Amino acid sequence: MTSTALPTSIDETEARLAERDYVPDRALATVIYLALRLQRPLFLEGEPGTGKTEVARTLAAMLGRPLIRLQCYEGLDLSGAAYEWDYPRQMMEIRLAERDASVTRESLATELFSERFLSQRPLLQAIDPKRAVPPVLLIDELDRADEPFEAFLLEVLAEFQITIPELGTVKAVQPPIVVLTSNRTREIHDAVKRRCLYHWTGFPTAARELEIVRRRVPGAGAELARQVVAFVQKLRGVELYKLPGIAETIDWTRALLELDAVVLDPEVIQHTLGVLLKYQDDIAAVQGSEALRLLEEARRIASDRVA
Amino acid sequence: MTPALRPSPGHLAENVVHFARVLRTAGMPLGTDRVVLAQQALQVAGLERREDFHAVLRACLLDRIEHAELFDQAFALFWKDPDLLGRMRALLLPKVQLQPGALPGPKENRRLGDALFPHQPQGPQPEPPPREEIEFDAALTVSQRELLRKADFDTMTADEWRSARRLLDRLRPVFEQLPTRRHRRAAHPGRLDWRATLREGARRGGDLGRLQWRAVRTRAAPLVVLADISGSMSRYSRMLLHFAHTLGQADAKVESFVFGTRLTRITRLLARRDPDIAIAEVVRRVQDWSGGTRITESLQAFNRQWARRALPSHGTVLLVSDGLEQGDPATLRALDAEMARLSRSCRRLIWLNPLLRFSGYEPRTAGVRAMLPHVDRFLPAHNLESLEDLVAVLGRPER
Repeated sequence: MTSTALPTSIDETEARLAERDYVPDRALATVIYLALRLQRPLFLEGEPGTGKTEVARTLAAMLGRPLIRLQCYEGLDLSGAAYEWDYPRQMMEIRLAERDASVTRESLATELFSERFLSQRPLLQAIDPKRAVPPVLLIDELDRADEPFEAFLLEVLAEFQITIPELGTVKAVQPPIVVLTSNRTREIHDAVKRRCLYHWTGFPTAARELEIVRRRVPGAGAELARQVVAFVQKLRGVELYKLPGIAETIDWTRALLELDAVVLDPEVIQHTLGVLLKYQDDIAAVQGSEALRLLEEARRIASDRVA
Repeated sequence: MTPALRPSPGHLAENVVHFARVLRTAGMPLGTDRVVLAQQALQVAGLERREDFHAVLRACLLDRIEHAELFDQAFALFWKDPDLLGRMRALLLPKVQLQPGALPGPKENRRLGDALFPHQPQGPQPEPPPREEIEFDAALTVSQRELLRKADFDTMTADEWRSARRLLDRLRPVFEQLPTRRHRRAAHPGRLDWRATLREGARRGGDLGRLQWRAVRTRAAPLVVLADISGSMSRYSRMLLHFAHTLGQADAKVESFVFGTRLTRITRLLARRDPDIAIAEVVRRVQDWSGGTRITESLQAFNRQWARRALPSHGTVLLVSDGLEQGDPATLRALDAEMARLSRSCRRLIWLNPLLRFSGYEPRTAGVRAMLPHVDRFLPAHNLESLEDLVAVLGRPER
């Protein structure tokens, strides 16, 4: 098996990500390498379905680290993100203490808020000093959380520590590898971004997308893969509310494979457009003659590429 | 790291600092910490290939995609030397010389040119549109008469301010208080605060006599203002921009856009504290003040480019327009569709139409009829007098 040490160059980062079937462009490989070397959080922003979350998954696999994922949502607070006291057990402890004359008030108070009664949530898990291997911490879709949570995150990202009033400060011995993602449904505060390395994940070039499809959907024929990629690339040039990402390309190829399609034809496009486009308005805009036109162009490009 | 690969802290560091200064002057907010980060990063990677050098600086100095184009142009201009990296590795790079006369061509951003060559006399260059946060679709220009009327925009008088305040009070209901998913300590029974209760209990030696409570926090619904600034609307819209500005200073989250022939986001411009400076800034930047109007295209631009980012689904949209869309049936169908979409992507859609000040106004024009079914409230239908007062203070609206 390959080594799980940190990569020592950009080239190595690129090669080892590709080994795990993640095909980064050079800029992304550079940022990932920097994040690992400088121990800085990596902030990935971009359209949905462009492989942001996958970076964290691949990194965890590549470096042999556990992946800890925190999915953000509005109102996400300490008890969901960092820690929570185990109230039922604390209650029980109080009840027991009432019958035990040897327990003083002071000792009960210390005992009740000790680590024994603490439930760890993802952020605290990630910086737990008792961990043998620092994990990969994925803070997914940060734009869904609200500003108060971002503010809380600042301490975690800058110092890799969390302060629990009843217990003290917990600090990671070795900092975790942190990946933050945002779909940019709102701007993330500058203070968070300042602590991170920034990368915008855009749509891939045709060559890279073809490589991704080949690796992720190995069953797809060469002709089908070329046509699919050419079609999706053309589709991204159309005025749509939501452009299809790489995830959609992969899903679509899989769907076509399930339908035993060898090449694209108007009928099969008609039936599977919902895999690519997620708004009725977009589907209506592309269906029919527009799809035909795109298909014609895609076929021409795909055959050009062979020649 | 071998010492041989480590660039000298001298020239390279100095040039990175200089480059950061250029970016800053061109309008990218950039802290010293980012510059230090870039210098650290360059000790680890980026000196082998120009592409990597670019990627390293970009990862460290950029923090939003809007600035990417400006950054790339600045990078291309500043680090122009073809053998830059080779020389840098040899630690021989002199301070980058900005030769006079090497003015960036018209393709590059004007502000960038000013940032790089601050003391160059500006020749008869064609003026490219200001870039920065202003985003518009150049395809939407009404080519014949894109009017750049800025001069007649004076500041608000005290009377106008007072009436503005009054109207603002009437707009209070726009800010609905919505429950959030966060809680605060509360004195009255509601949701039990386990943590506080147990802490209190532990302090009293296990006696859970006094329960502590929490209640749901509320917060004003976020607001998006879409203000029509075409000729017939400009004075009224100016008032509303003042409102939007005042509202933006309050606790509610406000995003502001103006549209005439194209849509422009002005939230950031309105963030400057003094309202008159802010509005003057808006006028300076917005190209089509008091030009023609294209409601359909502007709404389309909003729905496509901004709705997902600027408008949360629990937000309120305040559309300020007279609804006088000129257009063929196809445009009106599109208007209908865009309004439907806008209405679906927010919690409430409120339309302020100043034409309501004319008593006996009926929604007869095709544009208004296309828009009306999608609107939650059509204001201020019920307090016509108040708006008439306002209009009287403002004087006769311009044509």
